[in-house]
Amino acid sequence: MLKKLTSTTAAAALSLSMVAGGVQAGDTVDAVMDQGYVQCGVNTSLPGFASSASGSWEGLDVDVCRAVAAAMFGDSEAVQYTPLTAAQRFTALQSGEIDVLSRVTTWTLTRDTSLGLNFAGVNYYDGQGFLVRKDLGVTSATQLDGAAVCVEPGTTTELNLADYFRANDMEFEPVVIENTTEVTSAFFSGRCDVYTTDRGGLASARMVSAENPDDYVVLPEVISKEPLGPVVRHGDDEWLDIVKWSLVAMIEAEEYGITSENVDDMLDSTNPGIQRFLGVTPGMGEALGLEEDWAYNIIKQVGNYGEAYDRNVTEKLGLDRGLNALWTDGGLMYAYPVR
Amino acid sequence: MTTMIPSQARPTGGSTMRRSVSWLKTNLFSSPTNTVISLICIYILWEILSAVVGWAIVNASFSASKEFCGDVSGACWAFVHDNYRFLLFGTYPLDEQWRPLIAIFMLVGGILISMNRRFWSPWLAVAWIVGFVVMYIILGGGILGLERVSSTNWGGLTLTLILAVVGIAFAAPLALILALGRRSEMPFVRVICVVFIEVFRGVPLISVLFMASLMFPLFLPDGVSIDKLLRAQVGIIFFQAAYLAEVFRGGMQAIPSGQYEAADALGLSYWQKMSKIILPQALRLVIPPTMSTFISLFKDTSLVTIIGLFDLLAATKAAINDPTWRQQYIEGYVFIALIYFCFCFFMSRYALYLDREMHKGMSH
Amino acid sequence: MDSKHPSDASRPLMALLYDKTVRSIIYQVLVFGGVFFLGWYLVSNVQTNLDEQNIATGFGFLDREASFGISESVIAYSPESNYGRALLVGILNTIKVSLTGIILASIIGTLIGIGLVSKNWLVRFIGKTYIDVFRNVPLLLQLFFWYALITNGLPGVRQALNPLPGTFLTNRGLYLPIPADNPAWFWVFIAFIVGIIGAFVLRKWSFKRLEATGQVFPHLSVGLGIVVGLPILTWLLFGAPIEMNVPALQGFNFQGGLNMSPEFFTLLLGLTVYTATYIAEVVRSGIQSVPKGQSEASTSLGLKPSWTMRLIVLPQALRVIIPPLTNQYLNLTKNSSLAVAIGYPELVSISNTTMNQTGQAVEGVAIFMTVYLGISLLISLFMNWYNKRMALVER
Repeated sequence: MLKKLTSTTAAAALSLSMVAGGVQAGDTVDAVMDQGYVQCGVNTSLPGFASSASGSWEGLDVDVCRAVAAAMFGDSEAVQYTPLTAAQRFTALQSGEIDVLSRVTTWTLTRDTSLGLNFAGVNYYDGQGFLVRKDLGVTSATQLDGAAVCVEPGTTTELNLADYFRANDMEFEPVVIENTTEVTSAFFSGRCDVYTTDRGGLASARMVSAENPDDYVVLPEVISKEPLGPVVRHGDDEWLDIVKWSLVAMIEAEEYGITSENVDDMLDSTNPGIQRFLGVTPGMGEALGLEEDWAYNIIKQVGNYGEAYDRNVTEKLGLDRGLNALWTDGGLMYAYPVR
Repeated sequence: MTTMIPSQARPTGGSTMRRSVSWLKTNLFSSPTNTVISLICIYILWEILSAVVGWAIVNASFSASKEFCGDVSGACWAFVHDNYRFLLFGTYPLDEQWRPLIAIFMLVGGILISMNRRFWSPWLAVAWIVGFVVMYIILGGGILGLERVSSTNWGGLTLTLILAVVGIAFAAPLALILALGRRSEMPFVRVICVVFIEVFRGVPLISVLFMASLMFPLFLPDGVSIDKLLRAQVGIIFFQAAYLAEVFRGGMQAIPSGQYEAADALGLSYWQKMSKIILPQALRLVIPPTMSTFISLFKDTSLVTIIGLFDLLAATKAAINDPTWRQQYIEGYVFIALIYFCFCFFMSRYALYLDREMHKGMSH
Repeated sequence: MDSKHPSDASRPLMALLYDKTVRSIIYQVLVFGGVFFLGWYLVSNVQTNLDEQNIATGFGFLDREASFGISESVIAYSPESNYGRALLVGILNTIKVSLTGIILASIIGTLIGIGLVSKNWLVRFIGKTYIDVFRNVPLLLQLFFWYALITNGLPGVRQALNPLPGTFLTNRGLYLPIPADNPAWFWVFIAFIVGIIGAFVLRKWSFKRLEATGQVFPHLSVGLGIVVGLPILTWLLFGAPIEMNVPALQGFNFQGGLNMSPEFFTLLLGLTVYTATYIAEVVRSGIQSVPKGQSEASTSLGLKPSWTMRLIVLPQALRVIIPPLTNQYLNLTKNSSLAVAIGYPELVSISNTTMNQTGQAVEGVAIFMTVYLGISLLISLFMNWYNKRMALVER
């Protein structure tokens, strides 16, 4: 028995020694600083938002992670990515496996409260839509009575879908498969008539995963509001601030017209707002507990929100800005004042 | 149900020709019914074989590029050519893939060495532990000038082999402890072991993995998080140890009580009695079921796909989800089925061999 | 434990440590303390974590509206139903696929097991190859393979295969015609149950008569007659309704008839094919365990071959077969949880969704682990009972 006890102790010691970088609620900033990189939860594969197909991770969600890393370390590459399915994402965050979740996650009341999460802002305003084969001849979602619908489990999409069909007094057969790539390949193999998710996701599936994008069409109905944004654990305000303001900085930069190209010239700008923003006039970085050039690094290395959007969403998925235009252009993107 | 085990074909003198004709007669065409059954079997076999060979070889395209696959009705083996690195190493950084390659060689080499009875000694266990540490350093990096590669990037066959070999290496000793505990005379120890064994045997492995990946992190204190791969590995070890413990217990129960009494009469301590008298006999008895538990463990590593680890099966799924290769899903699945098959079949044959070897000279 | 020495006070304390009883108590206290401490430590961690992150706890969520859809269910379910009902749907779906799988795997496994002891070399070869191929490839891989084959290989609904009139095979599943709604079918079912009970009573009675008078009553054929005849008679009494509910293409999918979804079919196929390989080995070793002398003796007593099989060989073989067979049934039930990977809505898959929608992972995992433990316990209790019945009765 003694041997058993010693071996148990040894096993316990071994497992503790293999413990990865610890993350204390309230101390995420210090922990991230110590480990030297941001552990970021992203989609397994959703081109335009997060995809590693080219060998390195890229996408609009990935750019949020990179912005946080640039603000903290002055190096947008100081990020480790953890690909997650919808069903795994919140546990991964709650358990401290990741520091920030940037995975097309909808901001809802229950998630903000009883799931123990905090949303740091919105990096993509979306709504749920339907993708169908063109040759079905369907032109409106109201004609979908009796259809087989592919949907990812554990998402708001799954709930909205049921609500929508209930509200319109229609029947549907849900085909629920975990993992974005699985569910899209089930749809393209003809297992379902309809694929439903956020319209950004639909565009991604259509443009990237379909053999011939022109065979498919996104129906005009938008059945929900899906404000998607980065998420952190509840109860860690300092870390929430950094993630929140990293995102705001990208939008603010676009509002000021600062891009990765002209940011060096902008350092000489006489606009006091820009001077404050870029750290020429110190104060903002210190307030966040970061270097003064935090915003400069984000813009220089990641670009402003418009650049990130064009590079990822417009080019890859062919979607225009729509709701995600700046408020000055009639969209919803509105940076809180950096002062 | 009127059939029985065939008696060996009668030894007949004469040429090979005559011998084989007589073999055919006794084994395939002994009666009209038997002849009809044989003909049906030959037809079924022919249909299956021609379909498989036609698809995999005759009508297949063996060129390295997918362009030539358009005209063939069979398999497009360019899939394997284009994806083999991905299947072997997962998303491990391309320039660093010599590291998992070394790991694969270490694991397979270690298995081959350990199979040889000449090397069986306590030093082998030490060698394995050292080997695991070296492998961990090679794969993980971060020291000795090796680039750090997070365990989320370990994948493909490398990960499958790691899960299986580490699983076997740790499940076996744990199972031994559990089996001894279950047969212990101390009621508390016994109850704890029984509960552990029965709980893990009563639930599906996937629920253990879900617990390890979704629930367990909440059981840890603030500031402590254990790598997801390690959690899954521990889940697999606990699960299979419970099964293996029952196998070992069966072996111990089969040892006549006279052996226990004789050991006690000699004044041996509990540990001497177990390690010198009982276990050597008991473990020899349970080689086949032990090996089949190991085979199960190897197959069951594929379940980590569901909790999002990137093993051989997950890598294959990712490869065939690429629109380029979506039509080649059969090639993908068949290829890795062959890999799994080779390992499992090899293990089952080794079990037969070992069982024979160990019982050599034991018959009176 | 007979080594209890009278411990007298003058003995040095060290000797106490060498006392077997004392040592055993010390060990147990240590182990118990360790386990207790570990348990307390883990539970208190959960408490702190949940409080700190403001995560909801408790089973209150079971009463809340689930508001997600489930594709197939044996009981009425809609998104308005609560989480408790959704989980119940999952449990019933698990039972549905496990029961069907157990029946099919037993049939196929037995056939192959008999093939393994056949006199015909080719039959043995086919049996062995089947076992080697399907046993050495992970079940999950087989499931993925069958699922891909069905969804990619079969045509869409508009090009549905129509192998038999009224039967359609598509990548949305298999559609079969079933008898249209009619009260007659309910009574036919009742008659069927009554028939089975009747056959059992008849069997008991015929055995009693056999023992008392030595007269043989053909209880098997008469019993079969009752089981088949009674329902047919009922059907005729109700005017022999023959109207069928034939599936027809309506809108997007076939409506009406009986639909077997690709997910259910894949899971059933995978579980059956995989478990049959194990059952075949069990059956083979069972048959081979009966010494040849038994059947020879029975034949020399003048028993017919079919009687030899039924009365001599089978009862003895079953005694060897049943314990490992129980294990295979349990394994099949547990393996049905792999459905989560292909989207068949069984218990684990619905718990998974529930956990994610409510964020209550601890409760979710606790529920499905309890259910599986319960099912395992029930099956092994039943099999123990059956095993006891079959065991050698020594007089």
